[in-house]
Amino acid sequence: MKGLVFAETGLGALLARRAVQALVLALFVGTLCFFMARVLPGDLATRIAAGRYGHDLVSNAAAEAVRAELALDLPLMQALLRWWGDLARGELGLSLVTGVPVWDEVTHQLGATVHLALAAAGLAALAGLPLGIWAGLRPGGWADQATVVMAVVVRGMPPFLLALVLMLLLAVQLGMLPVAGDAHDGGLVLPALTLALPLAAGLARVTRHATREAVLTPSHEFACTKGLSDLQALLRHDLRHLALPVVAYLGVQTVFLAEGALVVETLFAWPGIGHALVHAIFGRDIPMIQGTALCMGLLFLVFNLSVDGVCLALDPRQAGRSTS
Amino acid sequence: MAFPSKLSRRRLAGFSLVFLLAVFAAAGPVLVGVDPARQNLYASLQPPGANHWLGTDLFGRSVLARLAHAAQLSLGLALLAALSAAVPGVLLGMAAAWRGGATERALVLLSDAVMSLPGLLLVLLLAALAPGQAAALYLGLSLALWVEYFRVSRAVCRPVLAGDAVQASRLLGFGAFYLVRRHLLPALAPTLSTMLIFSTAQAVLALAALGFIGVGLRPPTPELGLMMTEFLPHYEEAPWLLAAPVTLVMLLVLGMMWVADDGRSHG
Repeated sequence: MKGLVFAETGLGALLARRAVQALVLALFVGTLCFFMARVLPGDLATRIAAGRYGHDLVSNAAAEAVRAELALDLPLMQALLRWWGDLARGELGLSLVTGVPVWDEVTHQLGATVHLALAAAGLAALAGLPLGIWAGLRPGGWADQATVVMAVVVRGMPPFLLALVLMLLLAVQLGMLPVAGDAHDGGLVLPALTLALPLAAGLARVTRHATREAVLTPSHEFACTKGLSDLQALLRHDLRHLALPVVAYLGVQTVFLAEGALVVETLFAWPGIGHALVHAIFGRDIPMIQGTALCMGLLFLVFNLSVDGVCLALDPRQAGRSTS
Repeated sequence: MAFPSKLSRRRLAGFSLVFLLAVFAAAGPVLVGVDPARQNLYASLQPPGANHWLGTDLFGRSVLARLAHAAQLSLGLALLAALSAAVPGVLLGMAAAWRGGATERALVLLSDAVMSLPGLLLVLLLAALAPGQAAALYLGLSLALWVEYFRVSRAVCRPVLAGDAVQASRLLGFGAFYLVRRHLLPALAPTLSTMLIFSTAQAVLALAALGFIGVGLRPPTPELGLMMTEFLPHYEEAPWLLAAPVTLVMLLVLGMMWVADDGRSHG
């Protein structure tokens, strides 16, 4: 009985929805990569053999061996089914460029991307939340004005422009930080800052409005009547009200983070998934394209799912609503 | 104020800015009249002057001509992608709101599936299929953009279809085409105009971002993102070069924000 209730409430529906998304994502990326492999000029078997044994050692015999081993001469539909089967078993193959299993590469890069995304989100929260709360407690004050200006200036700027400005300003002109790469200390700062600034600006505005609304609720008024200060009442009674729109906003911004990571990682040579994907596209390394695209999509889904979960935990009333 | 009350001053400014950019993109290449690929290695990295209003790049090509062609290419491609995303998006949204039931669920599932990929990733993957080809970018952009139109038009059409006016029209015996033309499209029109500008600008930004990281269009095509990459190394000796495409992109973003800002607060 309990399981049934669970499946009907928000969390079950949520998981089901995201699971379907993940399945479609895998199918789409897999099929696209399959056709990419077929469309490329040249003989597939020779190309893979060249990737494996080096260009000097490729012979017709080696190519034939690869062809037989990977069953590359199958008709299109059978080959596609086989490709899907490999994908379902989690066999992503070897990178055509480095010869290392795609899994190893991707798990390595995933760490860097998560690192960057968390750093950006953390920076944004550190800057945006206090500013937003302050602005919400004193509407029209300097903090409020500052967040408006910040939102207009930074929010609209696409990440690649912001990255350009920060790079020229902080790294080249002032020489404070390394321009790119992760080998030096502080290499994380610029890419994280590029992603964090727009996020912080948006977060400050959303937090400001949420704070404003929380402060105007009867419960807050009552808390103040009891003798709590504004800040005390905020911390004890309003945080949950406040958190809901803020977390929901973060959920909307995951697209921004994912797309930003793609551009920002490439610009700053941060060895994450986005950087790897762009380089795989340069090198026409199809197993890597498939692996990294899948991984990015899944990361995006997991992030969305966790945001939805947090929203549900913060406001259990939503559970009944989402199914109706 | 002398302005019509329906359009706020800021929104009007936004529309005019976008319009001016569109005019520059449409007429710029003809007005400038210089081949954007013509090189003159004796006039490399010239500052802005009478001959070349925005100076010349490393190969002595006119930056103004390249900028105009880049704007035409980007805006044209983006507008085309937005339009071809809007038509099926709106039609499917209407169909979902109209039919309800299994049709609606299937379409929502489809849009959910597309949304499971970040838009830029979708464009990037399709661009990888045919590197440097505008058609692949166009296809990717349209595929990424139609979802927004679908969701909005479904949300707008649902209450309209359930309303009294549509019921009255139906009772009077009017057909589906009449309902769409007289009830659904007028309800959608104000939102659609803002959305078209918005998604066109988004598409331009996506194109520029892809060009900037080198996976969009290929040189020597004049393109906004590519121009930024080309001009970046010369920013110290010739900062006006980098300023040209950056300013254009910023103006577009500004216009988009003005148009959308008011659209959000006043519905």
